[in-house]
Amino acid sequence: MSLRVVAQGLALALVAGLLSLLIWKLLHDSSRKLEVGRRVPSFTLSRVAAPGELSLSSLRGKAVVLNFWASWCIPCKEEAPLLESASRRWRSRGVVVLGVDSRDFTGDARRFMRKYHLAYPVVRDGSGSRADSYGVDGYPETFFIDRNGRLTRHLVGQIASRAELDAGIREALRG
Amino acid sequence: MMRFAAAVVLVLAFAAPALASERHPSLAELETELICPTCHTTLDQSSSPIADRMRAFIRTRIAAGDTKSQIKSKLVAQFGPAVLASPPKEGLDLLVWLLPLTGVVVGAVVLGVLARRWSRGRADEARPPGDPGSNGRPPLGPDVERRLDDELARFDS
Repeated sequence: MSLRVVAQGLALALVAGLLSLLIWKLLHDSSRKLEVGRRVPSFTLSRVAAPGELSLSSLRGKAVVLNFWASWCIPCKEEAPLLESASRRWRSRGVVVLGVDSRDFTGDARRFMRKYHLAYPVVRDGSGSRADSYGVDGYPETFFIDRNGRLTRHLVGQIASRAELDAGIREALRG
Repeated sequence: MMRFAAAVVLVLAFAAPALASERHPSLAELETELICPTCHTTLDQSSSPIADRMRAFIRTRIAAGDTKSQIKSKLVAQFGPAVLASPPKEGLDLLVWLLPLTGVVVGAVVLGVLARRWSRGRADEARPPGDPGSNGRPPLGPDVERRLDDELARFDS
């Protein structure tokens, strides 16, 4: 086999490899937004203020308010009391508020939880990879998920009011 | 012996600043070696809230006497390996360092082989059949050679 044939083979293999990488990247593009009605990605993450891990799939059968936040995010501070209040008011009706502390220091997240008296479960997503898989662009973002793990509503930015939060929860409960 | 001594001096000249930087890192150098997790630029290019928080953390750790590796390890534990501007030289990440080097070596070998083939082909084309010193012209006759020798001798004298 001549050197030219080997070189051509190598060049073709290189181009094929790069093309495969491009296709893989397009298929796994994490920046795509989730669609209402579709199943949300599952995850298992360490808890921030308690030992052990928590899996989103373990909450199947309950409506979930999934809130991505960080301690350095100013709107997150403003909406934290609303989420804590909703967690207490809706818990008995099969609703779980789940916080995902993202791209943050664990110590800062714990201080934040103490300061705002957050009693609902919060898990840790230090690298932000879970936030990316949900297409989160900024903080906070909130996803309302029905009992079957399907997205019913998505709020970008701070939750405007208690009424807006309750409307999202009712929708998730209706499924 | 002199070469060995020169090599030792050269190695020490490069190793000493690296060792000092490892033991007593500065905020400025760490800022260029770490990535802001929200804006995906190095810390020195970012003014985001988390970048400010990371700078404060680094200042505290430098004051506490941490080495550069210790500070980086603590940040990797918080934000994952993507917080490092250069991937670690281990596991699959090693490929990031080895592939470009392999590419350069393979490219140099291919270029060398091609250049050698090309220059040999050109030399074969240019070389006429027969005496390599004749430069493509027919050999001189004995009369002409004798006259040329005479002329040259006259010219030299």
